[in-house]
Amino acid sequence: MIEVRDLTKRYGDKLAVDHLTFDVSPGRVTGFLGPNGAGKSTTMRLVLGLDRPQSGTATIDGLRYEQLPQPLRTVGALLEAKSMHPGRSAYNHLLFLAESQGVPRRRVDEVLSLVGLSAVGRKRTRTYSLGMSQRVGIAAALLGDPRVLLLDEPVNGLDPEGILWVRNLMKQLAADGRTIFVSSHLMNEMAVTADHLIVIGKGKLIADCPTHEFIERSSEHSVLVRSPQAATLTDLLAAEGGKVTTQQANGGRGDALNVTGLDAPRIGEIAAARGIVLHELTPQLASLEEAFMELTAGSVEYGGVARVQAAPAAPAPGPAADAEPAASAAEGRNR
Amino acid sequence: MTSASPVTIPATGPAGPATGRRAGFGRLLLTEWTKIRSVRSTLWTLIIFVIVSIGLTSLLTLLTVHALSAGRRGERASGLTTDPVGFILGTGLGLGQLAICVLGALVITSEYSSGTIRATLLAVPRRIPVLIAKCLVFAVLVFVVAEIVSFGCFFVGAAIVHSKVSVSLSQPGVTRAVIGSGLYLTVLGLFALAIGSLIRHTAGAITTVIGLVLVIFPLTGLLPYSWGAHIHAYAPTIAGQLITADQQQSGALLTPWEGFAVFCGWTALLLIAGAYLLRRRDA
Repeated sequence: MIEVRDLTKRYGDKLAVDHLTFDVSPGRVTGFLGPNGAGKSTTMRLVLGLDRPQSGTATIDGLRYEQLPQPLRTVGALLEAKSMHPGRSAYNHLLFLAESQGVPRRRVDEVLSLVGLSAVGRKRTRTYSLGMSQRVGIAAALLGDPRVLLLDEPVNGLDPEGILWVRNLMKQLAADGRTIFVSSHLMNEMAVTADHLIVIGKGKLIADCPTHEFIERSSEHSVLVRSPQAATLTDLLAAEGGKVTTQQANGGRGDALNVTGLDAPRIGEIAAARGIVLHELTPQLASLEEAFMELTAGSVEYGGVARVQAAPAAPAPGPAADAEPAASAAEGRNR
Repeated sequence: MTSASPVTIPATGPAGPATGRRAGFGRLLLTEWTKIRSVRSTLWTLIIFVIVSIGLTSLLTLLTVHALSAGRRGERASGLTTDPVGFILGTGLGLGQLAICVLGALVITSEYSSGTIRATLLAVPRRIPVLIAKCLVFAVLVFVVAEIVSFGCFFVGAAIVHSKVSVSLSQPGVTRAVIGSGLYLTVLGLFALAIGSLIRHTAGAITTVIGLVLVIFPLTGLLPYSWGAHIHAYAPTIAGQLITADQQQSGALLTPWEGFAVFCGWTALLLIAGAYLLRRRDA
């Protein structure tokens, strides 16, 4: 269990982490999502005691990182790849870490084979590819058999097989009841890995909710309708509470309507009741990546959650409208 | 690279029993020893130190003895006959000490340049004990090697100058000068390590240390008046080198051991500053 409370970190003029508050619970994979520069790595470094916060606390099972008696037995962390001396072998890198915790030497061979590096473990890491370095980092994180794992962009530099391997590893570790906190700037990657999402932008919390909820909330539910009687239909739908925008007619077909606030079956029923011909009735689901980008762009544009919430829920699709439901999820937690 | 093995994490304590206690200081020493011995730069720097020190001592004493025999240089000018121990210990070690400066700086700056410092501080979040353990392990290693090299230089040099002048450990101050050379080099290594911990950048730290040792500190000898003489006498390596000479110069402000204490004091001060910044700064 990781608990972050009102955490703030400033580098010079730049507020990297802005009063962040959230929990990371055991037994599930928690994704930490945000665009580059959102403050994900900084937050992880603050949790791990590498950087000192200006204010706020981060605790792991109730203790600050430096209070943990044998930290690597409690917390495993993967930060930037290539966090090792190029002239030292992966084996010796893991060996000195093991010695510092009183972890037996055979565990070093164990984690090396776990990440598939037994054959090259005694070569200097200078010769390693990014993917191999990433595996050494994962091996180091697993060395002390920790119950909490923080992984910063673990799939960076991995081939598709490696990506799949990391995904399965994280899911299995979470199924063991461990706390898995994994950052990414790729929404699609998180969608298939994480059970829960913590989304930040510009150092502020944007959302803290289950992944499926985030996807449903941040995807724009609209319905595309084409009809030769578009004008009549628009009035009818508006009377029923739908919000309708007219799209450019193309290729001589009837006007296309973009409807929000009513689902496709209801629109069909309304049209049938008045005998209106429909040429098309298609539910639209914005892609996850698109939704994420709009959401985080919104946080940049409006300068944070509070402002986003204050913005009216505009009928037209736009960053504010997209950000609003997710921002609601963050409400109260971010204060 | 072999393909990744299927994920299996043995459920029952594969990492051994967690004692729930903090790592003892012995473990920290072992950790730092593993770090220092597992990079080639350590070995190579020490090999260069040995070769340069003993090689240059042999070469320069040989050439000077030869020149003296051929009558090409005045005996007084060479310093070989007037201060043979100073000549022997001053030549090779004077250049060899740069390798110790490099190693001292590298031991700490390579952690920053490579990012190993993050792994180190994740394993041992209390930062001061890490620095103390690193200093101890490094100091013991350098002390052992430097004493061997100091005695090596002395015996090689003494054998070469034997035909011109007789030197032995039993002469007054000589044993202290030879042992003192090893001590001076050990503290010099720590001095470089301290600068490395402040600057955290390999090239910058090495340049600074060598610039201070070879240029800045010796140049303080040009300062005028008595305050200039005091600044020179109390400059870290100038004071520290007093212990490497068997004879005290007339009018010296510090005795050899006083000089060594001054050098140790400077080094301790810089290490404390380094420790303070290590605690304060983001890693």
